Amino acid sequence: MTPRADRALEPAATDPSAIRNFCIIAHIDHGKSTLADRMLQITGVVSDRDMRAQYLDRMDIERERGITIKSQAVRMPWSLDGNTFALNMIDTPGHVDFTYEVSRSLAACEGAILLVDAAQGIEAQTLANLYLALGNDLEIIPVLNKIDLPAADPDRYSEELANLIGCEPADVLKVSGKTGLGVEALLDRVVERIPAPKGEAGAPARAMIFDSVYDSYRGVVTYVRMVDGNLAPRDRIQMMSTRAVHELLEIGVSSPEPTPTRGLGVGEVGYLITGVKDVRQSKVGDTVTTAARPAAQPLPGYTEPKPMVFSGLYPIDGSDYPDLREALDKLKLSDASLTFEPETSVALGFGFRCGFLGLLHLEIITERLEREFGLDLITTAPSVVYRVKTEDGKEFTVTNPSEFPNGKVASVFEPLVKASILAPKDYVGAIMDLCQSRRGTMQGMDYLSENRVELHYTMPLGEIVFDFFDQLKSRTQGYASLDYEPAGEAEADLVKVDILLQGEKVDAFSTIVHKEKAYAYGVLMTGRLRELIPRQQFEVPIQAAIGSRIIARESIRAMRKDVLAKCYGGDITRKRKLLEKQKEGKKRMKMVGRVEVPQEAFIAALSGDTERKERK
Amino acid sequence: MSSALPTGEAAPEDGRLPDLSGAVAAIRNFGVYIHVPFCRVRCGYCDFNTYTATELGGLKQSDYPDQAIAEIELASGVLRDSDLPARAASTVFFGGGTPTLLPAGDLERMLDSVRETWGLEADAEITTEANPDSVDLDYLKQLKRSGFTRVSFGMQSAVPRVLATLDRTHNPQQVPRVVAWAREAGLDVSLDLIYGTPGESIDDWRESLESAISMRPDHLSAYCLIVERGTKLERQIRRGEVPPPDDELSADKYELADELLSVAGFDWYEVSNWARSERKQSRHNLSYWTGEDWWGIGPGAHSHVGGVRWWNVKHPAAYAERLASGRSPALAREILSENSKRLERILLESRIRNGLDLSVLSAEGKTAVASLIADGMADAASALRGRLVLTLKGRLLADAVVRALDC
Repeated sequence: MTPRADRALEPAATDPSAIRNFCIIAHIDHGKSTLADRMLQITGVVSDRDMRAQYLDRMDIERERGITIKSQAVRMPWSLDGNTFALNMIDTPGHVDFTYEVSRSLAACEGAILLVDAAQGIEAQTLANLYLALGNDLEIIPVLNKIDLPAADPDRYSEELANLIGCEPADVLKVSGKTGLGVEALLDRVVERIPAPKGEAGAPARAMIFDSVYDSYRGVVTYVRMVDGNLAPRDRIQMMSTRAVHELLEIGVSSPEPTPTRGLGVGEVGYLITGVKDVRQSKVGDTVTTAARPAAQPLPGYTEPKPMVFSGLYPIDGSDYPDLREALDKLKLSDASLTFEPETSVALGFGFRCGFLGLLHLEIITERLEREFGLDLITTAPSVVYRVKTEDGKEFTVTNPSEFPNGKVASVFEPLVKASILAPKDYVGAIMDLCQSRRGTMQGMDYLSENRVELHYTMPLGEIVFDFFDQLKSRTQGYASLDYEPAGEAEADLVKVDILLQGEKVDAFSTIVHKEKAYAYGVLMTGRLRELIPRQQFEVPIQAAIGSRIIARESIRAMRKDVLAKCYGGDITRKRKLLEKQKEGKKRMKMVGRVEVPQEAFIAALSGDTERKERK
Repeated sequence: MSSALPTGEAAPEDGRLPDLSGAVAAIRNFGVYIHVPFCRVRCGYCDFNTYTATELGGLKQSDYPDQAIAEIELASGVLRDSDLPARAASTVFFGGGTPTLLPAGDLERMLDSVRETWGLEADAEITTEANPDSVDLDYLKQLKRSGFTRVSFGMQSAVPRVLATLDRTHNPQQVPRVVAWAREAGLDVSLDLIYGTPGESIDDWRESLESAISMRPDHLSAYCLIVERGTKLERQIRRGEVPPPDDELSADKYELADELLSVAGFDWYEVSNWARSERKQSRHNLSYWTGEDWWGIGPGAHSHVGGVRWWNVKHPAAYAERLASGRSPALAREILSENSKRLERILLESRIRNGLDLSVLSAEGKTAVASLIADGMADAASALRGRLVLTLKGRLLADAVVRALDC
């Protein structure tokens, strides 16, 4: 007998007792998307013919990186013991930057599959999401994936999972998303273990938005989980945070292609289309009700997205500035957490100061700008939000070092995070050294298993956004994983360091650092620029300064020789063509005072890439 | 610069020139360059279009003069069919390679062909390059009798260690001897020097300069060594067997050359060239820098006639085959746009003592001249008279100057 359901339950008419809402919690690369694909195939919602690897990850970047940025929900039919069920699989983002989005996805579920690579064990981000899931009282189904791999060590990691969630190692399911092994048993387990949703069918409608996605053809597609009451086509819906009312143009479920339905009832998961063009009108975490019979109270848990990391984005070719603006406007339609405002830089020209949820978010946005919109960009060093009080009692919020007040600063507050780092125990020393050098305060250490340790630190976010993750990876041969969450702010001894080229401030390199690190930063950046900026026809001093106090100095010696020795009949054409090419290259030069700096030098200095400048 | 050929549009098979009616008005000298693509050995730094006997396979060097003469005859027809008036050659230059690897009679036959084809102006300058160990007094006397007026010896250095790094085979003591013979034969003498060879000290260079000056040549060229891609020297540097050139030291050497040569009575007239008097400047080479016409004969040779530049197929075998079948050896060409012509004038004329007519520059370019004067790279008095003439510092930065002016 095939466990595939003969006939799927009809949306809007499904009894909550036949519904199971669940998500999959997994680390990048642990095979969540592959497992999801296999479920789609085994439940028959995607024919084998249409199967495309990682069906749910729609965006190119997602597929390439094997990570899911935006979640979606799929409704799948499944039979167990002669009863038919509707399983809603809600795909969650897996990264720390998107903790809020994850928390809303989790709030839409009653249970979660905890998916762990049988060859690698659990990672910090998975732990973080597991904590969130347990905090939402979700039923956890522990699963080891990739058990077909030769390196799989299911006994060891079953033990680890069992210890973590307090079950027996025998309760840990073993599957292979790749071959489909164990997936049917997993679907059965979902039906058996995960509680059916509860809600009041007769109450005013309340649906929680767990995702909203901009689609260029259909406008914003809002994914919701019905909690109370029901929504029907042609209802006029109301967003409870803004009181905005919209016509409902379409309501339906994804299975996995969008399929219009007669509505959504208690416990169901589906999508709404209203013709709205901006995801800000449809905020994750908000509650949808009907205008005709609005609910009195919104569902709990809604917060406005708040950028944590700021960076300047500049087009390499200044004439691309309008295109960059247009591209950001477009991205904003689908990404409610992206903020930006125009900014100018002496070194980099016209650009935008953008706010992001975190470093990955920054990376994804810049990559999408480059890939989807064909823009070449420079990104300035990421900065966090500082609160600065001056002696005259004024207070400033500084998201860009150039906003740092010049007058007498009384105190500076910086954001802190609680970081947890998971790694094999051999690397504990290396990690502690790194965290200490980044002003971390150790809060404790847990052994997850004999071999694996979780370290807890409180650290300034500013230390994490600057190169911390790369350092962590390199010092642990890639074994450590990191998760962090905001943990308030603290006063710190912070100063602004400026970098001057021939006396001219190069704003893109100004940074706010701890006083003890100012000198090191000054030496590092002046040294880097000395290597990267080609020699000019005059000497160029490079200085690092706090206010008017110079803390480091380098200089680029004047170039004395730049001439082709021989220029005879056979050399003229080539030499002229070389000049024409160099003239093109000159457009990519930025002038800082009289100093010609190739754009590449700024980029390399900002990215820490200190390849020696090409010698002439 | 590398001997790799540039890219251009395909040249016509019969070598005919495009419509040059617009170029008739300007009166230009006509020169002939004859390339001799043979060397006894290949020097480690050299990437010129030249071949040793073993690299030529079945080709015979003795067949070469007839091939070159075939191109001269073809050129004669092409020019006759063009819009340009008939002109006698004012300069002929044999370069290489090592032209003097051929018997003097071969050079004579090729020169005779030029004379018979176009005629030579009464005071025509006729030069050949020569290796100090490839000629003797008789050879030089025969050149003189054939009509040659000038010989340019590849001295390169007076320091045996430096010559060895360059793979030069001659004995430095041979140079004063051949210079004396050339004088005895009645030829003007130029010496080529190379500075910046890896391992060459400033004192080594001073020794070379003093040695060259002591021979009292009429003309002297000093070239900074360029490490060309694909040469043995480049590989040696890449493998760390030989230190890379040092630009600072090379700048010191250039300044030393300019100083010692000035004191000895030589004036610079191009970035890398000095002459005892204006009459002793190389008129042939000046024609490259002042946009005159010349026809380059031989494999890989470049030509410029009336704003059209073209270049021949590179290998002697391909060259011979083209001519044997009556086709032009031209591989590709470019017809210079007004912009390209302007850029070439800036590029070439800013390198010479006579300087660049400032009216060639755009308004921005003229403004840039002010900074060049302020930075001590352009001579102020000349600029006030409407010409850009580089100072010593400016000559060392000539490429940067050109980039600054080309706007």
